Amino acid sequence: MHVLPYLVAAYVFLTGCYGLATSRNLIHAVGCLAVCQSATYVLLLAVGYRDGATAPVFSDIKPGSRPVVDPVVQALTLTDIVVGATVTALLLALVLQIAKRHGTIDPDELRELRG
Amino acid sequence: MRRLRLYLLAVGGAGLAALLVAACFGLPGFGGRRHPYGDRAVHASLARHTANTIASVNFDQRAYDTLGEMSILFAAVLGCVVLLRQAGDEYRARPEPAEVVRPVRRYALLALPVALVTGLYVIAHGQLSPGGGFQGGVVAATALHLLYLGADYGALERVRPLGVFETTDSLAVCAYLVLGTAGVLAGTAFLANTLLPYGTFNTLSSGGTVPLLNAAVGMEVASAVVVLLAHFLDQAVEIEEEPGR
Repeated sequence: MHVLPYLVAAYVFLTGCYGLATSRNLIHAVGCLAVCQSATYVLLLAVGYRDGATAPVFSDIKPGSRPVVDPVVQALTLTDIVVGATVTALLLALVLQIAKRHGTIDPDELRELRG
Repeated sequence: MRRLRLYLLAVGGAGLAALLVAACFGLPGFGGRRHPYGDRAVHASLARHTANTIASVNFDQRAYDTLGEMSILFAAVLGCVVLLRQAGDEYRARPEPAEVVRPVRRYALLALPVALVTGLYVIAHGQLSPGGGFQGGVVAATALHLLYLGADYGALERVRPLGVFETTDSLAVCAYLVLGTAGVLAGTAFLANTLLPYGTFNTLSSGGTVPLLNAAVGMEVASAVVVLLAHFLDQAVEIEEEPGR
C-alpha cells in the first residue's frame, strides 16, 4: 500500500475537523486544532520518506555513503511545530479570558457580545 | 439547528474526504527515490560545511523564512502577555509554599542541571547533530520549571526575573536581524550566508552564520517559553478575582 501514509494524514485531518465542528468546549476545540495540525506532520514526513534512508545529518555518516530522507520537508515540519505551539498558546490564553469574562467555555453559549 | 449543522458537516466532510483521497493517489509514491529538492538541499548544505542539513535549510537556505517564523513566535508571546495580564478587578495573592514529596523534590532538583545543560548542548550543536535553537530552547526553558515541581512557585520566581527574559526575547530577535543586516553591510544580500568563513566540516565553528543564527533562535525560544509559561502559571497560582464579583 503505497498511499497508506497519505491516507492516514487525511484521516487524522478529517478527524480533527469533525472534532472542531462538533466541539462544545473551547479547550477541546483547541485540542482538535492540534490534531488537524499533526496531520500535516504526518503528510510532510511521508512525502520526504525514502526507502532505506537515514536522517539528513552528516556528523556520523560519510556524505554520499547512504541515501538520506528529504531535509526540506523536515525543516518545514519544524516550522509547523513551532507555529502550532505558539498558536495553541495564544488560543488557550484567549479561552482563559473568555472563561473569565463570560463564565463559560461552550461556544454555543457565546452568542451575544458583552462589554 | 444542531441536526442541520451536523448534516452540513457530513456533506462537506464527505466532499473534502473524496478530494483528499483523490489527491493522495496523485502524490509521488511513498518512499520513492526521486527527491529533487532534498538532493539539492543536501548538496548546498555540504558545500557550506554544515553537517546537519536541516539546520542549513532553516538558517541558510531558508533563513528569511525563519525570520518570519521568529516573528510569529514573538507576536504570539506578545499576544499572550497582553491577554493574560492582570486586569483591574483582579489582585495578586501570595501563593502558599506547597508540600513536596521528598523523592519528587530530590529527582526534580537532580534532573534540573542535567536538563539545562542538555538544552544548551542541543542549541550549541544545532549545526552538527539533530536539534538546534528551537528544540534546545524549549528543553532549556522547561528545565527551569523543574524548580516549580521540586520546590515551589516562589523558588521558580526567584530564578526567573521576568523582565530580563522579556528583554532577552526582544534582543534575540534583534540579534537575528543584525546578523542579517551585517550581510548587507558587507556587500552581499540580507541573511545570505557568505559573511563568515565556513570552517572545518563537523566542528563547532562550521557553517558560517548558521551557528550564530541558531544561537539567536535558541535564546529567543528559551526566553519566549519562560515568559509564556510564567504568565499561564501566574493566572493559575497568583491572580485571583476580586471577591464578591
